[in-house]
Amino acid sequence: MVEWFVFLVGGAVCVAGAIGVIASKNSVHSALSLVGTLFGIAVLFVAQDAEFLAAVQVIVYAGSIIVLFLFVIMRLGVDRTEEITVDPLTGQRTAGIVAGVLLFVGLGTIIALGAVTGAPSATAEVDLAVPNVEQIAREIFTDYIFAFEITSVLLIIAVVGAVSLARLRRDAFVDDVSGDDLPESDEVTA
Amino acid sequence: MIVGAVGATPYLLLSALLFSIGAAGLLIRRNALVMFMCVELMLNAVNLSFVTFARELDDLGGQVAVFFVLVVAAAEVVVGLGIIVSIFRRRPGATADDLSVLKG
Repeated sequence: MVEWFVFLVGGAVCVAGAIGVIASKNSVHSALSLVGTLFGIAVLFVAQDAEFLAAVQVIVYAGSIIVLFLFVIMRLGVDRTEEITVDPLTGQRTAGIVAGVLLFVGLGTIIALGAVTGAPSATAEVDLAVPNVEQIAREIFTDYIFAFEITSVLLIIAVVGAVSLARLRRDAFVDDVSGDDLPESDEVTA
Repeated sequence: MIVGAVGATPYLLLSALLFSIGAAGLLIRRNALVMFMCVELMLNAVNLSFVTFARELDDLGGQVAVFFVLVVAAAEVVVGLGIIVSIFRRRPGATADDLSVLKG
């Protein structure tokens, strides 16, 4: 009973946030709606005995990724709202909604008619007597140690890539040709 | 509470719903930032189903997979937002329609 209540509340917050993301004119509102969805998913993680992931979800997603989004939105101009009622590509909106509905119908049919298959784990059982963090740490630092190490390489590559992409390089404007409606390079220094 | 009062099906349906909303948003919206947020939405929907299967099959591997998805998503967002910043530093347009240099 309690689980159903938690599921319904968390699910409602998730869906409301998701709809807010795609229906808001202002991208700041979209980002804040996304925070709602992420918190709802964190609640559902807790309801499914994944406490560590719930904490990471809040810290990494709501704490840093959304802040990064907000940084970029502010950097590019917060007053820039998208006119979401016009449809530059005829039928794009209808086609997108139809595609989404079809996707949900397809996935929902599979879920409703299918059953969860696969054998219960023999090596990585969930032991509720042991703390969740301890179990995940044991998994990551034994079975998944190579993936974990490669992750550090990935993060360093991402940091270097982000710095070199966001850096201001005047000599890198290779598309600076006449006839292309680009701003003057003086604006770039702002 | 390995298999709780709520079975796997409601969680998976919610996950499918969130994924579909994210996919529809990705097709509908043309603001590159909001498109990115829709990608995050889809990633989170998949994470939810990972955790559901981890609980259903009593296997911690699903939760570890979510951990790695989080790391990759963080890296993806950092690089993607860097690309968006460097594009919009050059162009005032904020929508994906404005990025038509390769149209020929």
